[in-house]
Amino acid sequence: MIVKPKIRISNFNFYYGEAKVIKGVSMDVHPKYVTSIIGPSGCGKSTLLRCLNRMNDLILSARPEGKIEIDGVDINDPALDVVGLRKRVGMVFQKPNPFPKSIFDNVAYGLRVNGVSDKIIIERKVEQSLKGSALWDEVKDRLKDNALNLSGGQQQRLCVARALAVEPEIILMDEPASALDPIATAKIEELIVELKKQYTIVIVTHNMQQAARISDQTAFLMQGELIEYGKTSDIFTKPKKKMTEDYITGRFG
Amino acid sequence: MKVEPRRIQEFLGFMVLRLCIGVVLFILAVIFFDIISKGIGVISWEFLTQPPKDGMTKGGIFPAIVGTFAVTVITALLAVPFGMGCAIYLNEYAADNLFTRFIRISIRNLSGVPSIVYGLFGVALFVEGCHFGTSILAAGCTLGLMTLPLTITASEEALKTVPRSFREGSLALGATKWQAIQTNVLPYAISGMLTGAILGLSRAAGETAPILFTGAAFFLPDIPNSVFSQFMALPYHLYIMSTQHHNIMLVRPIAYGTALVLIVLIFTMNLFAIILRFHLRRMKKD
Ligand SMILES: Nc1ncnc2c1ncn2[C@@H]1O[C@H](COP(=O)(O)OP(=O)(O)OP(=O)(O)O)[C@@H](O)[C@H]1O
Ligand SMILES: [Mg+2]
Repeated sequence: MIVKPKIRISNFNFYYGEAKVIKGVSMDVHPKYVTSIIGPSGCGKSTLLRCLNRMNDLILSARPEGKIEIDGVDINDPALDVVGLRKRVGMVFQKPNPFPKSIFDNVAYGLRVNGVSDKIIIERKVEQSLKGSALWDEVKDRLKDNALNLSGGQQQRLCVARALAVEPEIILMDEPASALDPIATAKIEELIVELKKQYTIVIVTHNMQQAARISDQTAFLMQGELIEYGKTSDIFTKPKKKMTEDYITGRFG
Repeated sequence: MKVEPRRIQEFLGFMVLRLCIGVVLFILAVIFFDIISKGIGVISWEFLTQPPKDGMTKGGIFPAIVGTFAVTVITALLAVPFGMGCAIYLNEYAADNLFTRFIRISIRNLSGVPSIVYGLFGVALFVEGCHFGTSILAAGCTLGLMTLPLTITASEEALKTVPRSFREGSLALGATKWQAIQTNVLPYAISGMLTGAILGLSRAAGETAPILFTGAAFFLPDIPNSVFSQFMALPYHLYIMSTQHHNIMLVRPIAYGTALVLIVLIFTMNLFAIILRFHLRRMKKD
């Protein structure tokens, strides 16, 4: 069976000013898969991820080249509604970045800016999202507390809940567990596997085991080039390229 | 026990820095002491509520207090909203190109233009060009223009202290740029923006040169009744009392009294800025 790709990146380059940091990357991301991007620090993983919801628009010197399509629509088309795109493509950042507001208001934020004002709907959605990110039981009695008082792991799950609340189709995660302890990491990983049922997930990670455990597809990036991309089990057991093998066995990087 | 050279360096370094602070504080203290000790004697209810009398050798400075207050309000109405607006545009929306770089450089340069030049410009633009005449409005607008670069720069600095992750976090949830700014940038920058604005205004309130040709009057027995009236102002009154009066030695105490009132006014404004900042910072934490 041939599934239409959710995201299709074709011959994509990306520049910060003069510096070319993504070089001719082409890859298809399947719907309802977890796709992980691995590679040494500075190889362009975050940059590539941030291109998928045009978060790099904020950086003045940034310039994309080539094509990224989501459901067949070119997202760099000047006529495209970026706000609508970002609503469909949620993002969880490397560093937990809850807003200095209450836990409730953090999750409700996306709904409110998207024009939902019905209190009952908001309350229901907040509860659903917090349950979805496995945080509900820990915070249900203190929804009015400032989100900054949560632990790092809780903050990150709050950011996941915040992203879930607007019901995206795709969730991008940039090293969501890098600042977390093993228990919090395990929770996030469980969560990702759970979320896969409904969402297409692209995750950047430095943790090889994590990529192997949770992802269906793995992309190995080095110095802005896509070295190898395929089924996770293949990449980790029988990589085609020497470089990939060296990286995942820890011989460099 | 042998003392390491780097310990001595550290000790000497700190001593020099302490000395710098000490010198500055000392000078400040001398100025205050001088003004307070010479000015406090003339301060009375009458001084604060009566106009000058007997060829400005007696009476109070009430019209000057009202005038300075009125002009500062006009200045604020011009400098604060426009300053914040420009800063938001420059920091959040403007692309980085030759044109915007030119604007930024112009703003930096404007804050270096001497205040007397603003005074002259105010005559051409507001007094004559806009037919405001020599008035509170013309003087307030002139001071507003002079304060604008300061409020823009202060507001931009305040906006820069809001982490980019707040903006990215909102945008990633499908907020428009303006929503992100409104809900997740301005609330955390506003205290800094207002503090900068008040400090700019308190500087404007003490300026003489820009109001010299645009509306300040030597002597008016009554308080102004509209924004198109001429007015007396504290800094200008001080200037007259200390250099232009026919009997300078006789009115010296009045000059010191005026200086004291002006300083207290400006300090009150600055104190207000500090309290505001403190209050908003606390609100941010809750
Ligand atoms: N805003 C920016 N302006 C200019 N260059 C940038 C910017 N952000 C990143 N870069 C450069 O682009 C390259 C790729 O950076 P990126 O953040 O995508 O790497 P990464 O693979 O995510 O690294 P890490 O694993 O350390 O997070 C790096 O060389 C980096 O220095
Ligand atoms: Mg990164």
